[in-house]
Amino acid sequence: MSLTRRQLLQGSGALVVLLPPWTHVLGQAPPPVPGAVDLKQVDSWLSIHADNTATLRMGFAELGQGATTALLMVAAEELDLSMEQISAAPLDTAHSPAQGGTYSSASVQRGRPQVAAAAAEARAALLALAAQRLGVPTAQLQVVGGVVQVVDAPQRSVTYGQLIGDQQFKLVVSGTAPLKQREHYKLLGTAVPRADLADRVTGAKRFIQQTRLPSMVHGRVVRPAGQAAYGAGAVVQNIDESTIAGIGDARMLRRGDFVAVVATREWDAIKAARALRVTWAPSAGLPDTDALHAAIRRDTTTDNVQLNQGDVDAAFAAAPAHQTVRFAAQCPYQAHAPFAPNCALADVRADSALVICASQDIQNARRGIAPLIGLKPEQIRVQFAEGAGTYGHSSYDDVAQAAAVMSQMVGKPVRVQFSRADEQGWDTYGPPHVGEVRLCADAQGVITGYQYDGWQHNWSLIDTTTQQLGVAPATEWPVSPVEGVNALVCGGQYAIAHRKLVNHRLNGLRYFKAGWLRSPLDLSFAFVSEQAVDQLAAQLGLDPVALRQRNITDARWRGVLDAATHAAKWQPRAKAVAAKGVWRSGRGVGLGTHLVSYGAAVADIDVNIKTGQVRIRHLFGAIDAGAVVNPGIVEAQITGQLVQTASRMLLEEVLIEHGRSAARDWVSYPILRMQDCPAITPVVVQRMDQRSTGAGEETMAAAAAAIANAFFDATGRRMTRYPLTPARVLAALA
Amino acid sequence: MTTLKVNGLSHTVTAAADEPLLYVLGNDLELAGPRFGCGLAQCGSCSVLVDGVEMRSCVTTLAQVGTREVTTLEGLPRWHALRLGKPVGEGAAVALHPVQQALIDAAAPQCGYCMNGMAIKAAELLSHNLHPTEAQIRTALNGHLCRCGTYPRIIAAVLQAAAVLRKDKA
Repeated sequence: MSLTRRQLLQGSGALVVLLPPWTHVLGQAPPPVPGAVDLKQVDSWLSIHADNTATLRMGFAELGQGATTALLMVAAEELDLSMEQISAAPLDTAHSPAQGGTYSSASVQRGRPQVAAAAAEARAALLALAAQRLGVPTAQLQVVGGVVQVVDAPQRSVTYGQLIGDQQFKLVVSGTAPLKQREHYKLLGTAVPRADLADRVTGAKRFIQQTRLPSMVHGRVVRPAGQAAYGAGAVVQNIDESTIAGIGDARMLRRGDFVAVVATREWDAIKAARALRVTWAPSAGLPDTDALHAAIRRDTTTDNVQLNQGDVDAAFAAAPAHQTVRFAAQCPYQAHAPFAPNCALADVRADSALVICASQDIQNARRGIAPLIGLKPEQIRVQFAEGAGTYGHSSYDDVAQAAAVMSQMVGKPVRVQFSRADEQGWDTYGPPHVGEVRLCADAQGVITGYQYDGWQHNWSLIDTTTQQLGVAPATEWPVSPVEGVNALVCGGQYAIAHRKLVNHRLNGLRYFKAGWLRSPLDLSFAFVSEQAVDQLAAQLGLDPVALRQRNITDARWRGVLDAATHAAKWQPRAKAVAAKGVWRSGRGVGLGTHLVSYGAAVADIDVNIKTGQVRIRHLFGAIDAGAVVNPGIVEAQITGQLVQTASRMLLEEVLIEHGRSAARDWVSYPILRMQDCPAITPVVVQRMDQRSTGAGEETMAAAAAAIANAFFDATGRRMTRYPLTPARVLAALA
Repeated sequence: MTTLKVNGLSHTVTAAADEPLLYVLGNDLELAGPRFGCGLAQCGSCSVLVDGVEMRSCVTTLAQVGTREVTTLEGLPRWHALRLGKPVGEGAAVALHPVQQALIDAAAPQCGYCMNGMAIKAAELLSHNLHPTEAQIRTALNGHLCRCGTYPRIIAAVLQAAAVLRKDKA
């Protein structure tokens, strides 16, 4: 690939040509925007231009996961366009269909049927127009690259662009337009390369962190170092504003307990945020790291039996002791720790506002910002600009709220960049977990009874900025069916006659602010549950894979287990391999998923029994996500999931010191580095006859369990806590 | 007023001499290659080459850079062309640095935010080692984090770039 002349000049040239940096967000050639966005109207989804290209409007955010490419493929497939002919419109409350937030890896799962229906409707309409124009019935027409041709005389043709170029379809998505049959797919199921990758490697792409507005000032928030209890917030006692005197034109902004600084130069804002001396009121803290889980287990809870199938107690009463397993384990707070701290820009006027941010749900961001600046949601336009991968609800809404309030206070556009300490210390962490499981089986290893008790707190609804402004107090999410113990991960992989799941919900106001972190709590559930299943195999002298196969009736669970173990060339192993030497090798298997789809993993690890160091050598991960639109992208997703799981199992934990989060940076909250990255084998189990389901997080629980089970295979001991730090490993081996 | 040489151009900027290079590159020169990640030299997202040596622009002040030549991700193609003795003037088609091309070909990026540091550091490595082993690549890039978990494809891309460079040299 060669650079265009403009790129060359920007990068190197004798002449510097600087495009306004906000061009990519504000000045992009706008596609014809229909009057009102309506999910029922083809025009809200799709425009065909005179040059025979198309623009697809979507409500989901591109987070680096490649979902945009997959949904463009869906539209191009139905319309018989090439990928070069179709592009995605920027995500913007002004014109994007409100498909809901970009959650649960469900962009393709929810978006594919919607986009396919709209594109099929458009195609049917275009064919009808072409039939009129060419004077033949639609049955005698075919489409190649947006050119409608008469089958027997391809020279008689008309392009989509000639038929409708830049005019509206004025057509309802009826849902009755015929969808392409899968035997005719040209794109779906193939590894089409992402067209959006090159700009990320050349410097042409501007992330939210590199987006600028004219005459903006730079802002930073000022918060205590590391959060304490969510309910306590951060309350100002005293501020000594003189501490920032003389730092350029930096000045302090304060509204309620919300404190920030702004300056014309970013470096002045950074210096001022560091220098400003704020005395914060003492706030309720958490138990320190090593006391946290005992406190959670003792705490008052709201208990909820999520599932009670058969008679679990009777099943246990009937099972002899050696066919019964009890296992309990503790799991940490973990941070999203996006590679770039969150950032947002806002330009708030008297009766309107523009906010540019990386929120995974721009509609929700708008509703959250409105009460902070006294505008109605429809007076606020929110535009999405990509940040670094965030893997769940990090601080993107928090920073957008801060930017809006600060812009209103200074009467100018403001760019707010969180510091690394803001991001690591004030994240909506993935919550901790205590799990206790018991299971029993017959002599052949068929699991007859299973009970899982899980202790955790819910996600936080109100962001820190809103809380500090006094607009709304700390509030947890309302109880929802997905927030408790995951029935799919906790024994749901197996056909178990008697099963009971109990959720012990803690009062989240007494704990850290929390949010969903990629495969929320599933790593924890699997760490507990799948170790117990493995323990049963060990007690019965059975191969862990054979025991699982014996308990699976669902062909799709069986399929992913087979795929992962086949890739890993699994050999039956009943007992931990006898080993000598300092480094002990082990291999383990695990099954799990998130809300849909099916995941299986095999882990090969080495444990140093002298130092306690754990090395993950190889991870194999298989996913069945139904019809995979783009297997290349899903392989990349599996790779990322497995590497992140290695990181979360070995290193990641928000430590608590003096009641507060001690996470500040990459030293106090480390993640996996290249030297420690295992070999990765991703496996896509393609099922084109099934609907497409999530593929962005569904091997992580399986991999977490596989790593834990490999540890047992290597050492004969079980880890009851992760991450598997050397100190914990040595304690387990003692 | 400080004068700075970036990607073959001289710039005069009003920033104080104690200001880190990153904020000048991003705000005054409006370059998007070097990216803010931590401001603590811990992650490598802000890396640039200074006289061919990888440095963390978030903690390197203008005074420390002095009159040395700064190369950002945007300037990597030019830097590479000059090393090969190829023309870089106006109108010349300058190819991407082989490591950039290899990262694209390997579909290494997911979000791609780390790609600046990865490309810069790998370019530095390949400038003095055309035969890096996988272990040497892992060691060289160990100070560059990736949250998406793209390390395996980055390693493959750097190996591929080394092969291309060897061929170019032969």
